[in-house]
Amino acid sequence: MSPRLRWRKFVSGFMLAMTGVCALVAVSVLFFILGYLVYHGGTSINWSFFTKLPTPVGETGGGMANAIVGSAKLLLAASLLGVPIGFLGAIYLAEFSGSKVAFVVRYAADLLNGVPSIVIGIFAYSLVVLPFKHFSTLAGGFALGLMMVPITLRSTEEFLLAVPRALREAAMALGASKWKTIVTVIVPAAYRGILTAVLLAFARVAGETAPLLFTAFGNRYWSPGWNQPTASLPVMIFTYAVAPYEDWHRQAWAAGLVLLGLILVINIVARAILARGIAVPRA
Amino acid sequence: MAATTSVPSASPISGSRSFVRRLREGDEVARLITFLFAVSVVLVTLLLIFALWQGSALARHKFGLQFFFTRVWDPIAEQFGALPFIYGTLMTATVSLVIAVPLGIGAAIFLAELASARLSDALEFFIDLLAAVPSVIYGLLGVFIVVPLMRDYVQPGLKATLGFLPLFSGPAYGVGFLTAGIVLAIMVIPYIISVSREVLMSVPRDQREAALGLGSTRWESTWKVVVPFARTGIMGSIFLALARALGETMAVTMVIGNTPTISASLFSPGYTIAAVIANEFTEATGDLYLQALVELGLVLFLLTFLLNGLARLLIVITSQRGSGTAHA
Amino acid sequence: MHASVRPAVSLNITPSQTGAIGREPIAALPMRMNISELNFFYGPKQVLFDIGMGVAASKVTALIGPSGCGKSTLLRTLNRMHETVRNARLKGEILLDGQSILAQDVTQLRRRVGMVFQRPNPFPKSIFENVAYGLRINGSKLPISEAVEKSLRHAALWDEVKDHLQKSAYELSGGQQQRLCIARALAVEPEVLLLDEPCSALDPISTAKIEELLVQLKDLCTIVTVTHNMQQAARISDFTAFLLTGQLIEFSPTPQLFTTPGDARTEAYITGRFG
Repeated sequence: MSPRLRWRKFVSGFMLAMTGVCALVAVSVLFFILGYLVYHGGTSINWSFFTKLPTPVGETGGGMANAIVGSAKLLLAASLLGVPIGFLGAIYLAEFSGSKVAFVVRYAADLLNGVPSIVIGIFAYSLVVLPFKHFSTLAGGFALGLMMVPITLRSTEEFLLAVPRALREAAMALGASKWKTIVTVIVPAAYRGILTAVLLAFARVAGETAPLLFTAFGNRYWSPGWNQPTASLPVMIFTYAVAPYEDWHRQAWAAGLVLLGLILVINIVARAILARGIAVPRA
Repeated sequence: MAATTSVPSASPISGSRSFVRRLREGDEVARLITFLFAVSVVLVTLLLIFALWQGSALARHKFGLQFFFTRVWDPIAEQFGALPFIYGTLMTATVSLVIAVPLGIGAAIFLAELASARLSDALEFFIDLLAAVPSVIYGLLGVFIVVPLMRDYVQPGLKATLGFLPLFSGPAYGVGFLTAGIVLAIMVIPYIISVSREVLMSVPRDQREAALGLGSTRWESTWKVVVPFARTGIMGSIFLALARALGETMAVTMVIGNTPTISASLFSPGYTIAAVIANEFTEATGDLYLQALVELGLVLFLLTFLLNGLARLLIVITSQRGSGTAHA
Repeated sequence: MHASVRPAVSLNITPSQTGAIGREPIAALPMRMNISELNFFYGPKQVLFDIGMGVAASKVTALIGPSGCGKSTLLRTLNRMHETVRNARLKGEILLDGQSILAQDVTQLRRRVGMVFQRPNPFPKSIFENVAYGLRINGSKLPISEAVEKSLRHAALWDEVKDHLQKSAYELSGGQQQRLCIARALAVEPEVLLLDEPCSALDPISTAKIEELLVQLKDLCTIVTVTHNMQQAARISDFTAFLLTGQLIEFSPTPQLFTTPGDARTEAYITGRFG
């Protein structure tokens, strides 16, 4: 073997090994994140974390009960807005629309998807906070719901389109109207993908902080109804992490663990649902 | 109803069945309702653009194009210039790409060319989970893990070895452009990896085999043939990552220092567009202040809009080339 | 070309009368490559059974047979290209100039045994850089531009592209792209050139040009080509091997295989009764 070939083979082995190192580094970040969260936050997860309200500034103890409930309300509002628009809009794109309208709607959805979440926050502020002159759960829900729309829309459309033509034609040949076909045949056939899409959209907005900063804003207490500002888990993590109190840092870690745990579980469940599906495209 | 194999069309179905019958069977209603929902997406997007435009009107008229070149950000004197934030946004994005691109492409090469199908899918699964980690969690780790690491080890180390460069000069507190860039890099790597992996896997087998058949080593066939073949798509993934990096708010604001400074040093604290909006929006007194922030939001929107559009174009071009419908 | 209707020929024909049938290498001709007891597996599934044959130096050897008979698989073992597939296994011996190809470095081997693929697959580079690729990585005795010109001349492509060397290879027609791939393979001066159905994606005119080319090239290197076109095999090759479901049924000088095939199955294939 010539020295030149020996060198080339050495370079080949070395560079390929380096790519393995890159992959290892990238994947290990996930485990580092989880590790740190468990290490720093694990011990702070207790009953009071889930049930107590935040204590006055400087005092130790207290929990994030209001933030947890707040996040739940925000996500409920977001889902009520984002899922129907995404789902029904996708049905229109997949089943009824012509190519021109479809192009415009898809383009708008992709555009919306790429908008930085802080800008969505500005938009929600001008639409829902400014006119009513106060922050509210509704405004936060609106911002998050808006972010759910593109993900739900595009994924649902993809899965609806993937339903085999043969299925549609079978239903139509039996005399079913278009709408009946959609409801009884097409949507059930695509349900796994649609469910996955909704779950992934949900998980995505569950962790969003920026759009809430000037819509739901924050609250040290309970937030009754939908018209008041409310605490939320992500915003609490942010507020506590940048504050100078040790006890707050501890709680921020715990909240981070809870939030990430929730998001990862939803992601894994969503992918598992999809993986067991037959003949549905990858999300 | 057109009970044929044609693609569903938007034009009213003429002939076969009467309008009333269609109505009774709910199709027209269904069509109308779903149409309204679909079109609401378009409307809301237009409304968003309008809100940004209108909401920044005062600032736009007052400052005009000078907004982009003014360094001063002084709410009290009502002087608002975007330059420090544009600088900070671009600086942190650049640092993040410098770190994330080689790492990401390297990992993508491993997943696409070297790993077995099972290993590749398993690792991709973890990478996708990484992409799902919210910004504030990265910020949390940034504040408590990365910043001390930078302050106590990395920055002093860099100063000692490369301190003669303006990049690594000046006081080092742990926060700053470099730290924000590193955290951003970790956040955008999954996007580079997943897209690049997919485009690499779509390169036709016989390209690689042709290179091997000429006596290339495995690395040579990958680096000199497969990667160049996929270069457009890989560029697309980089633009996608860049768009993400530009819009990142929480993680950045927690580790950048939040000071509107323009400095050549990576150790200097700084500010980005997204971070200043996040921090000052609710504190903004007076319409001009608020509208200047909205104008910053408009700038950010336009930047990410352009980048995302470019990215998608590049990715589409690559997939066309792979199937042989376009020329190199 | 049809075999005339004759009674089936028995297998008891001595080599001295007809050259060779079956596994014995053709005496008196120098062999560039020798295959013996070759068995090939994809995972648990065996696809080549006990193949033994020789590849005569500076001659064209054709591998024919119906789809799925293993002819491409056999071809790809000759430059160890099968190793790019994960669970491919090879048992047996393949010699190049008397040395086992399995024992030597695969990168070096592939420089000596080149390959042209079924569909033209030029790199996304200029015409010049496509041909120069092998020279740049392996080193070249001649200056690169000279070596590129030489290869393009050998591939009968020089006159058509000499003023357009910097253009993208994708701007060439299908037939030209395939000749470019041949030039690319020839640039590293291989001893053997393997071609896997090189004309199946091309029009008749391009096919004719390449067939003419292959006959001329055997002075330069030994040619082994897989083809599903029997007429092509009959036109251009000196020796033909007929494979069926992974077995080598017959291996003879071409005129003999097509006029007086030794095996009933060969006759059935070449008269179009199946395949």
